[in-house]
Amino acid sequence: MFDFALTHAWLIPLLPALAFLIIGLGTRQDKDTSAKIAITMSALSFLLALGVAGAVITRPVVMADPFVMKTLWAKVGDIELFMGVLVDPLTAMMLFVVTTVALLVQIYSVGYMAHDPGAGRFFAFLSLFASSMLGLVLSVNFMQMYAFWELVGLCSYLLIGFYYYKDSAREAAKKAFITTRIGDFGMLLGILLVQLTFGTLDFLELKALLPTYIWETGGGILTVIALLLFIGPIGKSGQFPLHVWLPDAMEGPTPVSALIHAATMVVAGVYLVGRAYFLFSALPVVLEVIAWVGGFTAIFAATIAITQRPFKRILAYSTISQLGYMMLALGVGSLTASMFHLMTHAFFKALLFLCAGAVIEAMHEEADIFKMGGLKERMPVTFRCMTIGVLAIAGVPPLAGFFSKDAILAAAAEVSTPLYILATVTAFLTAFYMARLLFVAFFGEVKPDCPAQETNAWMRWPLVVLAALSVVSGVWGHFAGFGEWVFHGPITEEHISWQIAGTSVALTLLAFFLAYEIYVAKRWSSYEISRRLGVLYTLSYNKYYIDEIYTVIRNTFVDKFGAVLYWFDLHIVDGIVNGLARFTGGLSGVLGLAENGQVQRYVTVFYCGAIALVAYSLVFAWLVLSVLGGAF
Amino acid sequence: MDFMAVQTEILILILLLATLVMDLAIAKGASRRPVAYLTAAGLAAIFAHTCGLFHEGDSPVFCMGLFIADNYALFFKQLFLLGMIFTVLFSLDYAEKCLTCAGEFYSLLLSALLGMCVMASANDFLTAFIGLELMTVSFYILVGFRLSSADSGEAAVKYLVVGAGSTAVMLYGISLVYGTGGSLDFAVVCQNVHLFYAAGLAGTVLVIVGFFFKLSVIPFHMWAPDVYQGAPTPVTALLAMASKAAGLAVFMRVLFAAFPFLGEYWLPVVAGFSALSIIGGNLLAIRQTDLKRMLAYSSIAQAGYMMAGIAAANYPGVKAVMFYAMLYVFANVGAFAVLSVVDAERGGTSQRHVTGLSQAAPLLAAVMTISLLSMAGIPPTAGFAGKIYIFTAAVDRGHLWLAFIGFVMSMISVYYYLQVTKAMYRDLAPEEEALAAPLRVPPAAKAVALISAAATLAAGICPEGLAILTNLASRTFMQ
Repeated sequence: MFDFALTHAWLIPLLPALAFLIIGLGTRQDKDTSAKIAITMSALSFLLALGVAGAVITRPVVMADPFVMKTLWAKVGDIELFMGVLVDPLTAMMLFVVTTVALLVQIYSVGYMAHDPGAGRFFAFLSLFASSMLGLVLSVNFMQMYAFWELVGLCSYLLIGFYYYKDSAREAAKKAFITTRIGDFGMLLGILLVQLTFGTLDFLELKALLPTYIWETGGGILTVIALLLFIGPIGKSGQFPLHVWLPDAMEGPTPVSALIHAATMVVAGVYLVGRAYFLFSALPVVLEVIAWVGGFTAIFAATIAITQRPFKRILAYSTISQLGYMMLALGVGSLTASMFHLMTHAFFKALLFLCAGAVIEAMHEEADIFKMGGLKERMPVTFRCMTIGVLAIAGVPPLAGFFSKDAILAAAAEVSTPLYILATVTAFLTAFYMARLLFVAFFGEVKPDCPAQETNAWMRWPLVVLAALSVVSGVWGHFAGFGEWVFHGPITEEHISWQIAGTSVALTLLAFFLAYEIYVAKRWSSYEISRRLGVLYTLSYNKYYIDEIYTVIRNTFVDKFGAVLYWFDLHIVDGIVNGLARFTGGLSGVLGLAENGQVQRYVTVFYCGAIALVAYSLVFAWLVLSVLGGAF
Repeated sequence: MDFMAVQTEILILILLLATLVMDLAIAKGASRRPVAYLTAAGLAAIFAHTCGLFHEGDSPVFCMGLFIADNYALFFKQLFLLGMIFTVLFSLDYAEKCLTCAGEFYSLLLSALLGMCVMASANDFLTAFIGLELMTVSFYILVGFRLSSADSGEAAVKYLVVGAGSTAVMLYGISLVYGTGGSLDFAVVCQNVHLFYAAGLAGTVLVIVGFFFKLSVIPFHMWAPDVYQGAPTPVTALLAMASKAAGLAVFMRVLFAAFPFLGEYWLPVVAGFSALSIIGGNLLAIRQTDLKRMLAYSSIAQAGYMMAGIAAANYPGVKAVMFYAMLYVFANVGAFAVLSVVDAERGGTSQRHVTGLSQAAPLLAAVMTISLLSMAGIPPTAGFAGKIYIFTAAVDRGHLWLAFIGFVMSMISVYYYLQVTKAMYRDLAPEEEALAAPLRVPPAAKAVALISAAATLAAGICPEGLAILTNLASRTFMQ
């Protein structure tokens, strides 16, 4: 049975794609049927993913010897392009995470979108989104990965702009698409360079070719390739400086945010680096770049998150920060820690976003946490789930985040002390802003006009399942030996460094205490603190003005350059085209003048033509005679 | 004297006499519809009869080879017959309404047809000339047949004056060829080296000029717009397709049977005038608002395309020209069937008159669009396949420049063809609402329009069927 799943792994992305087609072409208007189709297909592909995981464990399929099926997709000249599936433990883990989260999000959406007339379209897009991500995960080569990578980008555009009648949603969709496209362009260059250098894009072939290549020619061009490739993940995974689209992406319906932040869009970048880790890990310089980009992004986003007020925006910056963590882990050489954190993060971040959705819907689209308060009595289930999510992300043992974060900190500590300190401070900040979120929104007095009610069952049960996963996935991963399955190079020993773990737990508890004192006990005024911090607070609150800086850059360079191009298009390009048309029309008019309706003119022209031809024949005869004179 | 070779012509002659007698037998002032029915039925029977005349091996000849009934001639005769049957059918109501002597109209059509058939089979300059004159003289009368219209009379006079001049030129050319070649028989003339003398070459070129006039090649085209516009609409249709195809048939035979060794000499002439016609015809068509006049210029351009096939001077080229001539019949029948209905019902053929046709007669508007798209060479219509064949043949011959001109001008032609479609399909202004009132479409015209559109699409989607026939016809000819 497991073998069946493994040999039919190609069905995993195909089933949601089928759902997309059926819904898109047929049942779009009927949201109940659409939801049923989408969920059925997701459930089937979830079961298949479980089967694949089972096959990986029982067979066993290991990192060094993956299972591959591929078929020729297109042939361009001498270049053969393949599509297929590549299954190794890393893939199996990703399949499990993506299908789980996608399925739960779709079930949640039945409740969330119950009153939206566009729900059919929504389920179609969700299915396509999941399908694209699954196709990306199963990719056998860079080409296939790039194709699905772009599809993921397209779906994020469609879903973020789902409420296309809202200006902000349209702008956010465009921003997400264009920003990630900048990254994709770098990545495309990298992929083309890979093709030029190695003549293949296949992951396994590249992996086999690479050591000889480095030994023979060194790492010069490879470094360029790897850095170009890394630009893609910077865009897709919201790393500094291309992170700006992610906070705006919350303009989409909340289930979409959950999907984007947890399972599909943003982890694609991390996964890409993981999939091509044989390339990145061979280049220490590139690894260092990755580590520092990740580390900086982690603390940078965390410092923004502590001052934000909208519920989802806090979570968005937290995602950026956590993605920074994953990149940091990759940069310090631990594929295991990064992927472990990717998995646990997927569960608790999906949980947090779905809670956010529940809260915001209950609050009638009120997103500012300071206008909430006391929700724990009103929404007990959501509150408990939310608490689990917060504890998990903050890294309180024995929840999921504790194990994965500890693995990252341990890996960082081995390589670089500054990075370790950076990561630890980030952990402290994370605990603080998550506690702030929880305390402000759920504790304290219930606001007099608070409309909040517990949500319906469709939305509640996915929360409970995700909460359970957030609790157990860390322990399970730790004791089941996650690192023995998903790794690169030598297997890292699974042990907890008590010194590192102790420090981070102590800091987390300290952060909780501070947040409690400020936001629940009100011992210190948050207003007073922000006033004392002055410039720092303003910078953080305004997200370091990155968006504004980009706006200025765009206005000065892009718009001006665009104006020049527009002028060129309007006057030169259109001028040539219109000029040709006018020339043709004019010529027609001039020629038409000859046709004056007088038969005398007609006969004259006729005879002129005849005379010209006779003249031609005389010249021809003269030439023939002079050349062939002797023949006659 | 193998009279079997001229059986088609004899049958047409009998039909002609029968229509004359029938016209006399019908009371004065009564409807001439029975004559039309007799004509159509007779022509259909003759068409069916000719289908059995295709053959392998030697072709029957008449009167010591003056006249030959080979597959090539048969193909063109069938083309004329088809064009004539369709024209008779779609002009039933038009003839009733707009023509005073409807009975004689059909007799004259038949005599023109007889001339065309003689031309297709002519294997001798004299036969060719007789056929040509029989057809042309019939057309002089037919063009002026709409006695109530001054335009029609003016067109007839213009056609006669320029046509007479052309006949004189051609006859002079034939006499020069006879003088240097020593015979009027194509097969004899072609072997005579004296043709290479100045007098022979001048004679050749004057004969060619005569055909250029028939094909309305620029600059021998100037009669065409006035005549097309003034003539009764069914006659215009015949001028565009049948008269042109007849000229083409005998022109190709003259070039390939009588002057094959002068190829070096006439190839540049044909190619050059082909280019001139393609460019000029398409450019001049842009400004036209009257559809008949626009189609006149369009037919000048179409003649240019067909000459590009002749300029290829090889077997695929001839095949392509025959293919094109046939599909051009279908496109023309479609367009003119619509125009004659519009002309009869709304009293004109300008763009103004077809406005709102999509609502008044959706079928006619669709047929018109398909026919025009075929003339423009847009897939999946037959015109696309035809242009592909022609340009491929031209490129194989090395006339890349000619094919390039053809492509560019085809693009430009789409503009004026689509102007008509735009007029038919655009939204009507409030004061034009009257144009949306349903148009009375005679069933025969409707059927003809449908058949021609169907044939245009069928030959475009699956051109092989027609291509097999042209293969057969051109193979025997080009040996």
